[in-house]
Amino acid sequence: MAGTIAFRTGSASSGAAGRPAITEPAPVRWALIGVSLSFLGLFLLIPLAGVFVEAFRKGAGAFFAALRDPAALAAVKLTLLVAAIAVPVNCVFGLAASWAIAKFNFVGKNLLITLIDLPFAVSPVISGLIYILVYGLHGWLGPFLSAHDIEIIFAVPGIVLATLFVTFPFVAREVIPLMQVQGNDDEEAAITLGAGGLQTFFRVTLPNVKWAVLYGVILCNARAMGEFGAVSVVSGHIRGKTSTMPLHVEILYNEYNFVAAFAVASLLALLALATLALKSFVEWRSRRPFAEAPDAAVLEDLSHEH
Amino acid sequence: MSIEVRNITKTFGRFTALCDVSLSVPSGQLVALLGPSGSGKTTLLRVIAGLEHPDGGSGSVLFHEQDVAGQHARDRHVGFVFQHYALFKHMTVFDNIAFGLTVRPRHRRPGRDEIRRKVQDLLRLIQLENLANRYPSQLSGGQRQRVALARALAVEPKVLLLDEPFGALDARVRQELRRWLRRLHDEIHVTSLFVTHDQEEALEVADRVVVMNAGRIEQVGTPDEVFHQPATEFVLNFLGHVNVFRGRVQQDRVVFGSLAVDAPGAAAAEGGEAKLFVRPHELDILVHPGRFDCLPARVTRIQSAGPFVKLELLTEDGQPVHVELSHDRSNRLGLHENDTVYVRPRQSRVYLGQYSI
Repeated sequence: MAGTIAFRTGSASSGAAGRPAITEPAPVRWALIGVSLSFLGLFLLIPLAGVFVEAFRKGAGAFFAALRDPAALAAVKLTLLVAAIAVPVNCVFGLAASWAIAKFNFVGKNLLITLIDLPFAVSPVISGLIYILVYGLHGWLGPFLSAHDIEIIFAVPGIVLATLFVTFPFVAREVIPLMQVQGNDDEEAAITLGAGGLQTFFRVTLPNVKWAVLYGVILCNARAMGEFGAVSVVSGHIRGKTSTMPLHVEILYNEYNFVAAFAVASLLALLALATLALKSFVEWRSRRPFAEAPDAAVLEDLSHEH
Repeated sequence: MSIEVRNITKTFGRFTALCDVSLSVPSGQLVALLGPSGSGKTTLLRVIAGLEHPDGGSGSVLFHEQDVAGQHARDRHVGFVFQHYALFKHMTVFDNIAFGLTVRPRHRRPGRDEIRRKVQDLLRLIQLENLANRYPSQLSGGQRQRVALARALAVEPKVLLLDEPFGALDARVRQELRRWLRRLHDEIHVTSLFVTHDQEEALEVADRVVVMNAGRIEQVGTPDEVFHQPATEFVLNFLGHVNVFRGRVQQDRVVFGSLAVDAPGAAAAEGGEAKLFVRPHELDILVHPGRFDCLPARVTRIQSAGPFVKLELLTEDGQPVHVELSHDRSNRLGLHENDTVYVRPRQSRVYLGQYSI
């Protein structure tokens, strides 16, 4: 019996650098890895590479010419504008909602949590249609808006609103669970030390959730720039005016202008790659491990005093 | 600075955490709030700190005879130490301790050098001078709690409130740290109130112990008083193991099987139920019954590893009895398992219904 135990501990320590004691046999492991990798290659990597191949099919000159086209530039500008509005607004909303949900109890809290998820549950096309229903010419507010000469649908405000709706949950979804786990202790400690509300927020709460906020912002930005469905319904596809990059890609493609379509698409693909890289960086940074000191250390330095 | 709490009631929904609690803590003392979880001790501490509001219109909290009930937690100048430290993870030890000084409005904020000097003094006090630039995650639990204590002391609080300060630490560090806290308190003498559910901790560290149960204070007294003269059955039970014998009143005595205890004044309750409480170390073991009143019992287990020899006995009617003897006494008796012995209380407390004698 003792021999068995000694044998087991021996093999565990020698295998510490290798694989854990309980795992699948090699063929199963290789099969699983193979399936995942070939799936990834077939459905993700080849299409992604295809975007760049198509974009450069007629050479770099045609590629850059397509990007310099005024309509393409307008689409890029509009996309940046929409993201520049949607991301900060959602950031503020996300922090406010997370703070409310994680730190207090109030009537309607569960309703708020459910509503935050609504944009994930609803098809983006439907959310676009809802805006037409409310703000459109024949919608509920339509007569009022047209009487006051306010353009929302088929104009930039409509695109911003639709994007806001679709990207609504991103920051809140990242921050709420973290704030709930962290609890109120840090804030209470800050308050008993005499910190005011804003000092507590900027010096304690925000630093505690900054990586989650940044993570949410990155995802929110990617979605804001890439959103197609909801924006497509409310934009009206006015070339050079209400076309965002994804919409512009569709217009070009429908005109059989493949090089230009894929050139603009390649910008979106680059955005996706940059997002992934940033996301990985944020994940790595927020989990950067610190060496934990053993509790015995405290005994040592307390005993110095005797 | 003294703390006084008058008639505080606090309910959470349908749960009553504090029920008309009044307490006064004299200036400069170290007082333990002792009780099981859910007894309201943490709530009381949080009400004193201003982190929790007592129920509308109920009672008042006074520091040094001044009502602070209307003051926000940030204006009460209390030092609060949390069970899980609540250190600011993104700040170094130095910045954590300096926090309370750096958030002061400009006209009351000490200068940079002054803050540096003050933090250095506190680091020396908690014996972590060389760890000023570490982050909390790089410290052990005991070190973190000392940093939390230094951070609370940096603002020169009127009172220090500690919520289960050693609750998250392992047994050895815990013991070491609570002795250190006692020595620290003897040095700085700030009125301190600490919450604990560990009776040993409360008895060892505190000047006075406040025993709480179900939102009420059961007893306030020195560790000696609450241990040797428990005011209620609950206090007796909570402060260490106790054997309970159930019996009846007969004339001036209370009879428990073959054991009878004098209970002058019990006659009024003739025939009524009575309970006899005896702590394990208050029981003596006799090999022969002699002329004393005693209970025969069988030894079921002898555990001699430890400062005392712990005996588990079973009486004739099947009741387990725990006894603690000195090793000397145990050796002289030469006991073995399954021996029949006679148990005699040297000291006991009789409770008749609600009244104790």
